[in-house]
Amino acid sequence: MVNSLKANWLSNIRGDVLAGIVVALALIPEAIAFSIIAGVDPKVGLYASFCIAVIIAFVGGRPGMISAATAAMAVLMVTLVKEHGLQYLLAATLLTGVLQVIAGYLKLGSLMRFVSRSVVTGFVNALAILIFMAQLPELTNVTWHVYAMTAAGLGIIYLFPLVPVVGKVLPSPLVCIVVLTAVAVVTGLDIRTVGDMGDLPDTLPVFLWPDVPLNLETLMIILPYSIPLAIVGLLESMMTATIVDDLTDTTSDRNRECKGQGIANIGSGLIGGMAGCAMIGQSIINVKSGGRTRLSTLTAGVFLLIMVLLLDNVLVQIPMAALVAVMIMVSIGTFSWDSIRNLRKHPLSTNIVMLVTVVVVVATHNLAFGVLAGVLLAALFFANKVGHYMLVTSELDETTDTRTYRVVGQVFFSSSEKFMESFDFKEAVDNVVIDLSRAHFWDITAVGALDKAVIKFRREGSEVEVIGLNEASATIVDRFGVHDKPDAVDQLMGH
Amino acid sequence: MLRVVACIDGSQAAPAVCDYAAWASKHMETPMMLLHVLDEERYPAEPDLAGNIGLGSREQLLEDLAELDRKRAKLALEHGHHMLDEAQKRVTEAGIGEVIQRQRHGDLTESLLALENQTRLLVMGLHGESSSDRDTHVGSQLETVIRSMHRPILLVPDEYTEPRSAMLAFDGSATAFKGVELLAGSPVLKGMPLHLVMVGPDTNDRWEQLRKAEKMLAGLESEITLAIRAGDVEPALHAYQEEQDIDILVMGAYGHSRIRQFLVGSTTTRMLETARKPLVVLR
Repeated sequence: MVNSLKANWLSNIRGDVLAGIVVALALIPEAIAFSIIAGVDPKVGLYASFCIAVIIAFVGGRPGMISAATAAMAVLMVTLVKEHGLQYLLAATLLTGVLQVIAGYLKLGSLMRFVSRSVVTGFVNALAILIFMAQLPELTNVTWHVYAMTAAGLGIIYLFPLVPVVGKVLPSPLVCIVVLTAVAVVTGLDIRTVGDMGDLPDTLPVFLWPDVPLNLETLMIILPYSIPLAIVGLLESMMTATIVDDLTDTTSDRNRECKGQGIANIGSGLIGGMAGCAMIGQSIINVKSGGRTRLSTLTAGVFLLIMVLLLDNVLVQIPMAALVAVMIMVSIGTFSWDSIRNLRKHPLSTNIVMLVTVVVVVATHNLAFGVLAGVLLAALFFANKVGHYMLVTSELDETTDTRTYRVVGQVFFSSSEKFMESFDFKEAVDNVVIDLSRAHFWDITAVGALDKAVIKFRREGSEVEVIGLNEASATIVDRFGVHDKPDAVDQLMGH
Repeated sequence: MLRVVACIDGSQAAPAVCDYAAWASKHMETPMMLLHVLDEERYPAEPDLAGNIGLGSREQLLEDLAELDRKRAKLALEHGHHMLDEAQKRVTEAGIGEVIQRQRHGDLTESLLALENQTRLLVMGLHGESSSDRDTHVGSQLETVIRSMHRPILLVPDEYTEPRSAMLAFDGSATAFKGVELLAGSPVLKGMPLHLVMVGPDTNDRWEQLRKAEKMLAGLESEITLAIRAGDVEPALHAYQEEQDIDILVMGAYGHSRIRQFLVGSTTTRMLETARKPLVVLR
């Protein structure tokens, strides 16, 4: 108990606290920006980020991962907020949390194994594009000052770390915000600021039950939003967990993370926050800044709230252009640069899966649809590929007038047509032997095809004998498992 | 194949661990395994607080962290090889023929648990690498290891002396009888003078339990002494040990939950803290 407490919280105090502060500073502009995407007051996103970060620090399954209000979730709430208002969003957030907790208990985290790497890459890239697109309204129909500010902001973010000594200790996004705010205040430019976008928090969050009627009608309004929110939240969290796993060379508890995300969202809904999930960009920043344990996540959440409460007078003066610059950085940092370079190296089917995921997300603004399309497509490509692993050879024994067909490989829905085409039904022979002892029949389609072939040969007047059907059809049984019986591998591969 | 597993690290106890393991291996006629666990801190020393991420940040970061880990792990691996070779030399000189070396990455407890089904006896130093003040501190991971392993563990001090006598801390419980049974079946204490000691009031019941245990140990052909002492468990046992000049103390460990231990403390922990001679803990 003491040991795990030490390992999870206190093994890296200095790195965790520093990283937590850096993350908190980067979370503030993001939480405000994502609230604006969702169409709610900045305080909704800020309360949510505080609450989710703090709760997930205790109940999450991936130490060192940052969770808060996110773009992926915000884009899903837009129409709900527009048509029904904030209270329904809070109710939907609660329901999202409940669904995620259920998913955790059903161990749906392990379903991530069906999401292939190219789908993950597509998801990440689509997310980056969504974050970037969400900034466009701030950059259209504005004066040249805004463009200049944004460009200067990006310049500071990427060039400031190159300054010796101070560059490595002051977070450059913070410098960008401070400098641009100062410039805007001093010159008195008439550009949009955070204060124009809605209320900021002025008190500690308080417990409040969403003010919605508790009836079936409400459920029917929020359920269509809660389901995709729950799915997208878990998907992004699982993917982020994988990224943090890779970076830190450690493992995470996915089902605990599912439950943790759910609890965090329930908490967020109860203090007037929006739904959130793990953040890819912030988690990378956290690891880069030296954060490794739960302490960094907790520090980020607590420090975020302290900053927001202390500095609310300053926060309202931040020009939107500075936030846009930070968000463009997040979008660039989230985008997987490697995936562009790898387009030439990877097989076409993999690229198509990745690109389809991106296109579907950008078209529907719903990451769940994109992932669904990607997973389906990847499964189809896989079925198609495995379907090629089927070969039928044959030989004729003239003395007995017997044609022997030997089937090798995988017979299932995708290869059953090819299986049928491999038989020469027009050849007139007395006996036909179909040797299946080196084939695997995976489904009912394959068995149906074999039945059809046998009947066809009989109609031509041949005697048909099928060899090895029992071994070949062992794979049809659901739960045919090799993993728990080591000798089953030989049985499966050898016959 | 079951082995005597000796946990080697960079601590002062390492040579003694080798010697005691060699002694146990000889008496138990069980081959040895020298184990070194690479339980490295992976936290990078220099955090980059720039807080920005650009194109390819993740790939770059992964590369940097992997490179850092690679360098550290390589050094640690080499260091471990040296320690294991040194240890092997030592036990070969002590006359042990069959020795294998193993290195594992990860947490000590996890690594030991992974090897549990190959372990007959685990030999560890009382003081670990990180507990430099060796008079007061018990190795930092000892308790977790004792609580999770279900094999006898021989805990040794920093200096080796050939064991000549042994005592068994006995409390008459079912677990204690199991411990007696285990000793009766093991050749390690064969022929050695053995003391069965109970702490508590001197009653007939207790003498009966002691005699029952004595009978179970008849097969060892040892000279068995029975004793009952009054007082607190830990001081009484140590006092008896000193008085009779006993080399090895055998005892059960952590009979109570962690919660009880948190509230009232644990005899086992106190025994470990004050031990000057080797201890065998049975779970």
